[in-house]
Amino acid sequence: MRRLSLILFAAAMAIHPLRAEDRLNVVASFSILGDLVKNVGGDKVDVATLVGPNGDVHVYAPAPSDAKKNADARLLVVNGLGLEGWLPRLVQSAGSKATIVTASNGIAPLQLGSDADPHAWQSVPNVRIYVANIRDALIAADPADAAVFRTNADRYLRDLDALDAEVRAAIAKIPPERRKVITTHNAFGYFAAAYGVGFVAPVGVSTESEPSARDIATLIQQIKAAKIPAVFLENLSDDRLIRRIAAETGAKAGGILYSDSLTDEKGPAPTYIALVRHNIKALTSALGN
Amino acid sequence: MSFASALIAPFTEFEFMRRALAAIIALSLGGAPIGVFLMLRRMSLVGDAMAHAILPGAAVGFLLSGLNLFAMLTGGLIAGFLVAILAGVVSRSTGLKEDASLATFYLASLALGVSIVSVKGTNIDLLHVLFGNILAMDDQTLLVVACNATITLVVLALIYRPLVIESVDPLFLRSVSRAGTPAHLVFLALVVINLVSGFQALGTLLAVGLMILPAGIARFWSHDITGMICVAVVSAMLSGYAGLVLSFQTRIPSGPAIILVAAVLYIASVLFGRVGGVVRQLFPGRHLEA
Repeated sequence: MRRLSLILFAAAMAIHPLRAEDRLNVVASFSILGDLVKNVGGDKVDVATLVGPNGDVHVYAPAPSDAKKNADARLLVVNGLGLEGWLPRLVQSAGSKATIVTASNGIAPLQLGSDADPHAWQSVPNVRIYVANIRDALIAADPADAAVFRTNADRYLRDLDALDAEVRAAIAKIPPERRKVITTHNAFGYFAAAYGVGFVAPVGVSTESEPSARDIATLIQQIKAAKIPAVFLENLSDDRLIRRIAAETGAKAGGILYSDSLTDEKGPAPTYIALVRHNIKALTSALGN
Repeated sequence: MSFASALIAPFTEFEFMRRALAAIIALSLGGAPIGVFLMLRRMSLVGDAMAHAILPGAAVGFLLSGLNLFAMLTGGLIAGFLVAILAGVVSRSTGLKEDASLATFYLASLALGVSIVSVKGTNIDLLHVLFGNILAMDDQTLLVVACNATITLVVLALIYRPLVIESVDPLFLRSVSRAGTPAHLVFLALVVINLVSGFQALGTLLAVGLMILPAGIARFWSHDITGMICVAVVSAMLSGYAGLVLSFQTRIPSGPAIILVAAVLYIASVLFGRVGGVVRQLFPGRHLEA
């Protein structure tokens, strides 16, 4: 009898380990989502990201340790809109029982060619929807901490509102005829739609496609004709092509815009809010007079 | 637009086209002769092997100094040298053939590279970042390609005799001289320099393609090595120029366009080549009567 109770006790320990506090295990598909979950979850959740800082979510190849993260997770937060093409296989192979939360649920997707444009987080109002989705999913998974999640989300939403106002004020200072730039990949469609800055990209949405001589020539003529004042680089691709274009057109090389990934702690964009601030600063200093 | 201006206008109007053409000419001068020797030594596939073999070097460069092209290129060069020289030494001192030992070393090198990249936990495609594009020639890259061609031609001139004899009759060379192995190793080093700087400047497809395809073309037009080298250089330049124009007029990406032109030249050579072309073999009589 005594042995049986010991076994039962051990089994109970295994199912429900006694810890000071039960933190919710959440996995986010890439660094920007991870930052949002951290802000809403606070110290009630443990967040792991699959594609970390400075990683390219488009060409990600899952490692066994990622499958393990997934297997342990209660929630798996993804962007959706076709960004994480590798995800279904990973979830299946990891035997994950996590609930999948699509953060972009409820936003109006833009088209990019024949597909939806996945880079919805480049518009701050969209991220408000992301945050609401994440908050609701956390509450559903852990109703006991609902009040904490609500307070955190409200505070973060206020920060986002301030950020949105900041972006609009900065753009308003740029003369309308100078609000256009060139970047290396089409990641800023939502930013362009929300804030009225024109973005032209020499390469298609995928980092894979290679431009033809005709494409580059057309772009150069376009920049010259439209008097586009600046070209921008991104953190993840070879910048020689965009530098060449800048040299040939007399446009200013405006520095780096961060699109799909945060930087590590030492970089200029360790959080989502810092990323937007960095981008807006780069834009205004290149486009302002 | 008239036909003649369609061939010239892209280069007069756009600087990036002129730079691309200059890079193609330099690459043809350095790479095509190397390709001829590679073909004669049955090492035509070394280029693709090398594209993978440089990964551990590039990865170490990346670990030490981040996304720095120079560090990654230096690392890649060192890794390429090690693989080529080790493979050369093994095939010289044992019975294993050059291609087999090279395949072993490059696969091991690739595995090592992937492991090193995963230590950092990043998932940037390093080689994608390292490999360049013919349309994006900056001053530095052009300089590298030009220096490279110069070094290649000078060194080839120095080791030309032993290299030629070694390529056609290694046993004879071994009986009269001991220059064979050093010449071979120097040649391997040249191969690595050409390939790695070619990758960095132009991407894998162009760097390997403009080395090997012209050599294949040249085989059908000349009996002797000097003639082959001349044909190879000229056909490489021709493919490069025609490919750039094709890419400008049709929207085919430049690298593939250049290689496709070279492939068409190759097929024409297989069919109509003066030396062992299909048509010549089918109708040898006419040639003798003429």
